[in-house]
Amino acid sequence: MDGNYIIYKFVLASVILLISLVVAMYATLLERKIAGFFQDRLGPNRAGIYGIFQPLADGLKLFFKEEFMPGSADKFLYILGPSLTMMIALLTSAVIPWGDSLIFNGVEYSLQVADINVGVLYVFAILSIGVYGIMIGGWASNNKYALIGAVRAASQMISYELAMSMAIIAIVMMSGTLSLSEIVNQQHGFNWNIWYQPLGFVLFIVCAFAECNRAPFDLPECETELIGGYHTEYSSMKLGFYLFAEYINMFISSAMIATLYFGGYNFPFMDDLGLSHNALTIIGFFVFFLKISFFGFVFMWVRWTLPRFRYDQLMRLGWKNLLPLALVNVIITGFFIMLKHHS
Amino acid sequence: MMFSKYLFFILSFIAIYAALKVLISKSPMHSVLYLTLAFFAIAGHYILLNAQFLAVVHIIVYAGAIMVLFIYTVMLLNLNIQGEFPKTKLVNIASIIAGGLLMLTLIAVFKSYDMEVLTNPNYNQIGLVKTLGKVLFKDYFLPFELSSVLFLAAMVGAVMLGKKDIY
Repeated sequence: MDGNYIIYKFVLASVILLISLVVAMYATLLERKIAGFFQDRLGPNRAGIYGIFQPLADGLKLFFKEEFMPGSADKFLYILGPSLTMMIALLTSAVIPWGDSLIFNGVEYSLQVADINVGVLYVFAILSIGVYGIMIGGWASNNKYALIGAVRAASQMISYELAMSMAIIAIVMMSGTLSLSEIVNQQHGFNWNIWYQPLGFVLFIVCAFAECNRAPFDLPECETELIGGYHTEYSSMKLGFYLFAEYINMFISSAMIATLYFGGYNFPFMDDLGLSHNALTIIGFFVFFLKISFFGFVFMWVRWTLPRFRYDQLMRLGWKNLLPLALVNVIITGFFIMLKHHS
Repeated sequence: MMFSKYLFFILSFIAIYAALKVLISKSPMHSVLYLTLAFFAIAGHYILLNAQFLAVVHIIVYAGAIMVLFIYTVMLLNLNIQGEFPKTKLVNIASIIAGGLLMLTLIAVFKSYDMEVLTNPNYNQIGLVKTLGKVLFKDYFLPFELSSVLFLAAMVGAVMLGKKDIY
């Protein structure tokens, strides 16, 4: 643990934080552009060419809006809610392998902030505490719509977490490791997990939608029933944090999908190019972002295509369809692993 | 290492402060949140002991599942009205007796417990997944499976209780 190492980790963490924030910022613009395209209109195009400065203008607007705090709110928890949501949304990025390693002067610098050997479990943990921000904020607002939104968010997240964890467990059984960098390394070239776990992938992506509170599972903030859901009483940048955290969650979920099922930074024919290790790493990094962008697009695509579920439908889908399917997937995976070991 | 020493003191302070606040806080919601904070501090202690698996599972189970259910219950039952549980003399006496009994039991336990070291204390890989899995599935296989059956029974019981038209 020398000074160099600490500086390198610090720089890496800052860069990833910055990238997450910028990507989330421009995801808002992209979302509105795509919504415009789906609804046969132009979308924001006033601020800069193609509305390129729209996120900056929105951010500034949110900062300068009047702060409003309900009189009967729990002051501390009311502020804690959005801050927690934002913090927890950013936590997962620490264990995602953003690329292979770069080698300078014989020293290897990995493009992953923390290669902990329980990476997958760490992701589970962050998922399971992700609901705190929404629950605390919704409860502290002291508003019945916010409370209903928070209660919905909590039960929805608990329900879909199970199926999601089961889907990932099949991956863990296959790779025999809990470390995310190891899981990515095993998908070298075109040997991606999606070819072995198609059912797991479908389960995972459906649950990811539910965990991010995205349409068609955006019941916690369902406008037609709950005004704004858990953030009804929020204004200014606190509201901004809630909305922004949703886009960060989307970005991180896309990154997780790409990591677990689509080979992370691996791409086909990477060994035939004859490039140096560093060049491959840099290309891999961009390939990884290409995959993330594609899944980010899928998130938006679904939101502007499908209508919202009813709450009982949501619960039925989670408990009676997805969870049994996930269990079946685990059993099938176990069966194939056993066959492989005995043949 | 100095750094982990400081971390230990900071985490211990947070854990004890949060645990005290659980008891002192007037609002049930605050109590629940302080309890969550205490769990996180304890998870930090596990990481200091290089038991990463235990730390993460601790967060998943306690902070992620149990405390979320607690908050859920507090929200649904609207327990936030203060003074709903009046402290009569009877309640006070009963709690003193119960607390005293608990203390007696704890003292008895600590008195009869000699600090036996089960494994090599210098071996710092004990909390990692590989070690734990081997111990769990080799030495303690039957108890492990039996406890999972116990959980299954509890789950079935909960589902049965939750069913409306059972009779």
